Amino acid sequence: MAVKTLTIDDRLVSAREEETVLDAAREAGIHIPTLCYLEGVSEVGACRLCLVEVAGSSKLQPACVTKVAEGMEIQTNTDRLQNYRRIIVEMLFAEGNHVCSVCVANGNCELQDLAIEMGMDHVRLEYQFPDRQVDLSHDRFGMDHNRCVLCTRCVRVCDELEGVHTWDMAGRGSQSHVITDLNQPWGTSQTCTSCGKCVEACPTGAIFHQGSSVGEMVHDRARIEFIATARQKQQW
Amino acid sequence: MTTRQQIRSTKGVSLKHPSGDKRFQILDATMKRHQYQQDALIEILHKAQELFGYLENDLLLYVAHSLKLPPSRVYGVATFYHLFSLAPKGIHRCVVCTGTACYVKGAAALLAAVEQSAQIHAGETTADNQLSLSIARCLGACGIAPAVVFDGTVCGHQTPELVGDRLKEYLGKEQ
Repeated sequence: MAVKTLTIDDRLVSAREEETVLDAAREAGIHIPTLCYLEGVSEVGACRLCLVEVAGSSKLQPACVTKVAEGMEIQTNTDRLQNYRRIIVEMLFAEGNHVCSVCVANGNCELQDLAIEMGMDHVRLEYQFPDRQVDLSHDRFGMDHNRCVLCTRCVRVCDELEGVHTWDMAGRGSQSHVITDLNQPWGTSQTCTSCGKCVEACPTGAIFHQGSSVGEMVHDRARIEFIATARQKQQW
Repeated sequence: MTTRQQIRSTKGVSLKHPSGDKRFQILDATMKRHQYQQDALIEILHKAQELFGYLENDLLLYVAHSLKLPPSRVYGVATFYHLFSLAPKGIHRCVVCTGTACYVKGAAALLAAVEQSAQIHAGETTADNQLSLSIARCLGACGIAPAVVFDGTVCGHQTPELVGDRLKEYLGKEQ
């Protein structure tokens, strides 16, 4: 097992060769913001919030899918990155209908946390106010597409941890949305086992326990990690 | 001759698809040719659309089961590509090219003329199912711009009047 030495934010860090920049930074206690990344399932590098600067390359690299290399010099929090990250969060807010004051995940939402972290006091872009649906056909869970940021965490936990692949993405561009089976009401899904992993994985209040009121939807992320470790390493 | 035909048809019975629909038989053969490989999904959806005209939910489910793919994946792929249609198409089809050359030569006016006379927008089908209207980015027929495709035939140097005459043929037939 080869060990690589690299510099993250002017600090010398050592990491195993199969690790990503994000793993190495987290082990060293260096915070890199993420949204689509979820411990225990594969990385897609879709949200672009974990972009970092790598010396010698003008291209920014997503930390969650970039493998460490010997002598790498990484900056995780430059003015340029801070600016880009704020714009990304603003775009996410403008693209959906995110109203924290009436959201089940208020106070327990990763999108909200990111907005606070980026110092997003207002959105400089035009709100799109898309016309999106709410699906309450499932007995225990609900899906509010207005709050969805298309991170595909639900798709990945369902496919990789539960193994039934009920969720997937449909459409393209601004019409993209997550679906259950053949874009049918969640409650009529033939494949869904109602395991609730997608509920725990969702970063926002898009997928929630029915009956939760404003701020009551608390995600239990540790559950996902526990199941992932049990599945992948046979450790409980 | 008749007996031979009868023999042939009785032989065919055993090979027939349980649904009795010959199109499923052809679809099955296509999937078999691709050895039911999951990454042949797009080719198989093309064949399915060619056979059935559009991809209805039962058909997508049939393909999903045959290729052992999750239904949500199949639906996702079918909705990602514009060439796949999940709704039935009209009897006649009109595709207006809105590529750069055609656009400069007045494709917008052609499109407006079609939309007005058929009372539908691009991507829609008339209520009587006579005409489906869609737009294409570039047909590669820039030399004859502006181009419109009527039922698979590319027609060049179109004017709103020419397009209107053709549409009258299509839309007037059922009246």
